[in-house]
Amino acid sequence: MSDSSGTAGRPDTVVPAIELRGISKSFGHVQANKDISMRVMPGTIHGIIGENGAGKSTLMSILYGFYKADTGEILVGGEETEIPDSQAAIAAGIGMVFQHFKLVENFTVLENVILGAEDGTRLKPSLARARSLLTELAREYELNVDPDERIEDLSVGHQQRVEILKALYRHADILILDEPTGVLTPSEADHLFRILKGLRDEGKTIILITHKLREIMDVTDTVSVMRRGEMTATVKTSNTNPQELAELMVGRKVLLRVDKKSAEPGRKVLEIEDLRVVDDDGVERLKGIDLELRQGEILGIAGVAGNGQSELLQVLGGCRRATGRIRLNGEGIDPADHALDGQVWRERGVSHVPEDRQREGLILDFFAWENVAFGYHHAPEYQKSRWLMDNAAIRRESGKKMERFDVRPPIPELAARNFSGGNQQKIVLAREIERDPDVLLVGQPTRGVDIGAIEFIHQRIVELRDRGKAILLLSVELDEILSLADRIAVMFDGRIMGERMPDQTSEHELGLLMAGITDTASAA
Amino acid sequence: MDFLTLLQVLDTTVRLATPLLFACLAGLVCERAGIFDIGLEGKMLASAFFSAAVAAISGSVWIGLLAGVTASMALAGVHGLASITFRGNQLISGVAINFLASGLTVLIAQDWFGQGGRTPSLSGGARFNEIKLPFADLLSGLPYIGQSYAELFSGHSILVYVGFLTVPLTWWVIFRTRFGLRLRAAGENPEAVDTAGVNVIRLRYTAIAICGLLCGLAGVYLATGLQAGFVKEMSSGRGFIALAALIFAKWRPWYALFSCLLFGFFQALSFRPDVVKAVTSLDVPGQLLDALPYILTVVILAGFVGKAIPPRAGGEPYVKEN
Repeated sequence: MSDSSGTAGRPDTVVPAIELRGISKSFGHVQANKDISMRVMPGTIHGIIGENGAGKSTLMSILYGFYKADTGEILVGGEETEIPDSQAAIAAGIGMVFQHFKLVENFTVLENVILGAEDGTRLKPSLARARSLLTELAREYELNVDPDERIEDLSVGHQQRVEILKALYRHADILILDEPTGVLTPSEADHLFRILKGLRDEGKTIILITHKLREIMDVTDTVSVMRRGEMTATVKTSNTNPQELAELMVGRKVLLRVDKKSAEPGRKVLEIEDLRVVDDDGVERLKGIDLELRQGEILGIAGVAGNGQSELLQVLGGCRRATGRIRLNGEGIDPADHALDGQVWRERGVSHVPEDRQREGLILDFFAWENVAFGYHHAPEYQKSRWLMDNAAIRRESGKKMERFDVRPPIPELAARNFSGGNQQKIVLAREIERDPDVLLVGQPTRGVDIGAIEFIHQRIVELRDRGKAILLLSVELDEILSLADRIAVMFDGRIMGERMPDQTSEHELGLLMAGITDTASAA
Repeated sequence: MDFLTLLQVLDTTVRLATPLLFACLAGLVCERAGIFDIGLEGKMLASAFFSAAVAAISGSVWIGLLAGVTASMALAGVHGLASITFRGNQLISGVAINFLASGLTVLIAQDWFGQGGRTPSLSGGARFNEIKLPFADLLSGLPYIGQSYAELFSGHSILVYVGFLTVPLTWWVIFRTRFGLRLRAAGENPEAVDTAGVNVIRLRYTAIAICGLLCGLAGVYLATGLQAGFVKEMSSGRGFIALAALIFAKWRPWYALFSCLLFGFFQALSFRPDVVKAVTSLDVPGQLLDALPYILTVVILAGFVGKAIPPRAGGEPYVKEN
């Protein structure tokens, strides 16, 4: 079914907004883009889907002038265009909304919008013009943002609108969005899609890069699939389905749903009462959390990033002090105790897979075998004598663990930095799960991980549960929570807004809870 | 203490604050663009030497000024090359410049003049002389206002006036112009500047050049205005005090003016132990008075003056990545 001509059923008389012809790009020996040809029709939303490292971002960076293609040409509106830098991309009418916003945090919305596109030496006239234009755009496309607000005081959803406004202010006709919904609540994402559809209906062309199949199905007109640097297919969205797209992305059949039997919760392992955290700035991050976790279940904590989930995980992982009561296997623990570090928690059978594997989970410049031993380096089997560690034993063990967790390549002597994101995550998981903990705390297990690896990681977590262990799963991916968790607690503003069973709730209901709306619900 | 004594102390304050102010504003422009510069001291010293030396040889302070500023800008260029183009460590580059200036100035001075690492004393046209503002003599008879005018506002070298006028100018450029907006953005999030289609590298080099220019003026004033000639290590830590003043000022031009005046005031006090004794009726040792500005520096750098948030991208070389 691969329709490689890329016209996706449009008449040939329409000139494509963007046409790529034979674009190739290598970094050293790695070929990021191989002979890519693609046509994006004006006035459409064109999705580009693919796993991490499939070359989507490289391709878009070429289009936005960050990289120069080794071969191939770019046609904008039918004319061959050189795009050596972002300036040229902007001049060609291309705007880009990056995954990590390129905004100056302590500037106002207005200042960010005009930056680089000022009218003259003095700022005043530019600011005035931008202000009136912003009001206009807000009315037209639901792009409301207070122009005088500072970026750091805005929600992520609003920050993203500023990025779109920036592009529109520069007269972009073609808007590229790179993984735009990763940081948004479901309702914010819906709002974004309304904006995008509004822009399309006004004749703008939109390229949406994502790895979320549901978004592709919901919002795009055409979709191109990339795999290992190649464009494997371009199809009309209405002629395809998620299962088919997933196979095109991965190159084999994948399970989109986690295959698991229903949970059989046992006795309580972890009980949390009235847990409170005040951060260094004096802001209360956790405002009285009550939770309990039982053997043989996965408790999913859903919520938009920044609503206290990270702090909860940090307290339970021993990285942060709190007040309140915690009971582990019936034994009281004082979370304010400073002696209570990650080491102590681990000795008591609580393992912790931190949210940010690169900063908290691994030391990137250390070898994989060292990373596999971290946190457990005091274990008796790793000691040669009272003073010396048995590195050979650690290396041997690590190699085995890495193989069991399908880390590729399974070479303990490589630095952690040299593994892909998914494999880095497997290293962390191998370290924590292989220790057979009573409780596994796991944050964002599949952030930035490929579909294939996601499947593997999910299976491992479910396996651990089936062995009667308790798992606290924290994820900003609602899909992941819904498919993996046996019970879901939603956090908003440092509180648990409610608990739901995955088969008795909907994404819509959870989305409302994530936004702090409980009127439909009996809050916990 | 009578009013005239107070005026004298304040007058000294203004003179001593001027080099600090130039250096502080130099650091401000540079750090706002995201480049930390602890080489203010070295640039100031180099400029002091070359301005004094060239003024002594040529007999013209203006040619001296040109030489001093050129020397400072050349060192700024080295810092730019190291920290912008080669993405080196900005602290180390700054330290290197300080050492370089400290050693080279004395070495060259000895080679050229053979007076033990100093330049000959400057006089006449080889120095910046005091400018008497109009009607200063006439008004000096008038108590308070007239006296202040004659003593405090009149009778400084032109660089003092330039220094104080640089404050509103810097403020205007940083906060009211396109260049300033981009400069501040480059210090906070250079990626945002780059993706907006503005050349971060060029922007930062411009900032470095301005920094060199202002540091140069600080040095020129030291050797040809405040004093008459170059002596070894004559900047005596002013570049570092200026950095402390910059932090104290939270990287804002007007605050910089006040913090430099504060430091200048403490320096002025060390010249007038009699005044200190008269006011506090304590016999403060002279050494302690001399040390006051430095003690204040330590206190400020230790963070006792509240939270100062430096530009977020400061100290990091900009590497394009995506």
